[in-house]
Amino acid sequence: MAAEPIEREILIEAPAEVVWGVITQPEHISRWFSDEAALEQRAGTDGALTWRPGGRGGSGSGLVVPIRVVEVEPPRRFSFRWGHPEGTGPSEHNSALVEFILTDEAHGTRLRVIESGIEAVTHDEDGRARYREEHEQGWERHLGEMLEYVAASARGEAH
Amino acid sequence: MIAISVAEDDALWAAFADPTRRRVLEALLEKGEATTTTLAEGLPITRQAVAKHLVVLNRVGLVAGQRRGREVRYAVQPERLDDAADSMARVAAQWDGRLTRIKRLAESLQVDTHGDS
Repeated sequence: MAAEPIEREILIEAPAEVVWGVITQPEHISRWFSDEAALEQRAGTDGALTWRPGGRGGSGSGLVVPIRVVEVEPPRRFSFRWGHPEGTGPSEHNSALVEFILTDEAHGTRLRVIESGIEAVTHDEDGRARYREEHEQGWERHLGEMLEYVAASARGEAH
Repeated sequence: MIAISVAEDDALWAAFADPTRRRVLEALLEKGEATTTTLAEGLPITRQAVAKHLVVLNRVGLVAGQRRGREVRYAVQPERLDDAADSMARVAAQWDGRLTRIKRLAESLQVDTHGDS
């Protein structure tokens, strides 16, 4: 029993090894996801994504989201579970699974992301509140950063 | 903006959680309006199973039934479906944003490793 997984993909003009680094290394994760990321590239390890209060995520009281790394197959597959309440182990009943899949293309890498089990996250009061907050922050950050990037590219800056 | 309450949202997710139920909903969307019997004709499940799924969909407001003589005709409630779609779209839009940022980062790193940028 599961809701339809969410699947998105994008074509990136960079080799899979570079994309792999961006999605798994904390210093890069802070550029596209949470303000801070603590995680190891080792299956079964626990980590955390942190959104600082008043950080780039905009408003809100700050947020620490526990994650557990599920699969590490550089530079092809990376997955983790999140949304489970702090202090509990994630399972398919209390967390959502996020999978990144990288495939080579003629001029770069296709990056696919699949998030499944969202209905499991929305059942838990705590997890749901966190999920919601992260959700809304992500939306704001997305818009703000898109504008920044566009402005930076217009000025000819790579980053 | 979250237009629907958390409890309602939960019930909606749960209603979508069953793949067969989603097929019933899709079939009803295609037909526009149908009875339990006409719906079951186009699906690989029994009339009883269709009726069971319609009860769940009706409870969360995704479909509504209207009695016409001896039969009940069901139709999808588009507003409710929009709520559900919005909920999915929010998560999807968020991943689109993240993927776009990953792309820009990876491509800018790529430029860096090849010298001048």
